[in-house]
Amino acid sequence: MIVWVIIGMAVVTAVPRFLPVFIVDKVAFPAWIDRWLNAIPYAALGALIFPGVLSVKPDAPQIGVIAGLVAILLSWMNVHIIGVVIGAIATVFLLTL
Amino acid sequence: METQALNHANDGGRFDMVRRGMFAGLPIMLGYLPIALTYGVLASRTGMSNLELTLMSVLVFAGAAQFLAVGMIAAGTGVVEIIMATFVLNFRHFVMSLSFVNRLRKMALRAKIPLTLGLTDETFTMSALYKKEAKEKHAAWFYASLILTAYASWVGGSYIGGVLGDVMPSRLSDSMGIALYAMFIGLLIPSVKKYKRIAFIAVFAMLINYCCQALGMNQGWAIVIGTIIGGSSGIWLLRDEEEEE
Repeated sequence: MIVWVIIGMAVVTAVPRFLPVFIVDKVAFPAWIDRWLNAIPYAALGALIFPGVLSVKPDAPQIGVIAGLVAILLSWMNVHIIGVVIGAIATVFLLTL
Repeated sequence: METQALNHANDGGRFDMVRRGMFAGLPIMLGYLPIALTYGVLASRTGMSNLELTLMSVLVFAGAAQFLAVGMIAAGTGVVEIIMATFVLNFRHFVMSLSFVNRLRKMALRAKIPLTLGLTDETFTMSALYKKEAKEKHAAWFYASLILTAYASWVGGSYIGGVLGDVMPSRLSDSMGIALYAMFIGLLIPSVKKYKRIAFIAVFAMLINYCCQALGMNQGWAIVIGTIIGGSSGIWLLRDEEEEE
């Protein structure tokens, strides 16, 4: 049974991933669509961060917010992304002691 | 000046591109490991065998959907429901893939297809930060190496998590939930510092996503809508950046 779950999940995940290869291959986009697509990474990051970060600790959303602010601060100070991740994990760990 | 230094240190050959791709993928590797371990631990607790939980990571390679599936398997949900929920949650990769391949128009189809199969939130956004590489001769080697670095840690971490089972202290694994969000923030802020208008695009997408979810929309669709509508503000905001490229 679980094997069929895995196969089904793999198919419905893979098809949306590779389909754009054939779409973009066939059409030339005007400049404004290029700008739209170039903005997708930033929009995706925004949508992935909030409100998801509130659910890091579902019973205490402020912990996610504080850790997120620590991540913003570290990142703003040009700390390498690995340091940003470790700093945020440490923040959650200390806040939940 | 910076590019001069880079040109001097890197010859742009295949091996060099693989090496640079690995370095670019390293932060994702570190972000994935704790999450993958947690996934493995949770999946083994719900009764999935090590083979099954590792196979899921090999074939699906989508963290959020795998956590959701484990939760649904534990709850005894039907096969069709799990697959449909996965489709909805992962449909955002369609939008990301459009953006990704639009930068790689010159690359051969046989190279682009396997690369898109490795697109996740993290490999996509990290790749988007390395746009200069897309124009280089061996671009496919760079992105393949970045993605495989992330993939290896996801699959390997899942398996190790399954083997370790309950060994990891739960307080530590609980604290790891923030790792991916911190990575997203760490990916976004440097771009915001460079172009303040990017903050508007991201916050706009956040608000759309938040409103859709507050109105009761499924989280998967809300992220898709937030990404598409939020990204549309780039039509007006991204002009200068494009000229600079």
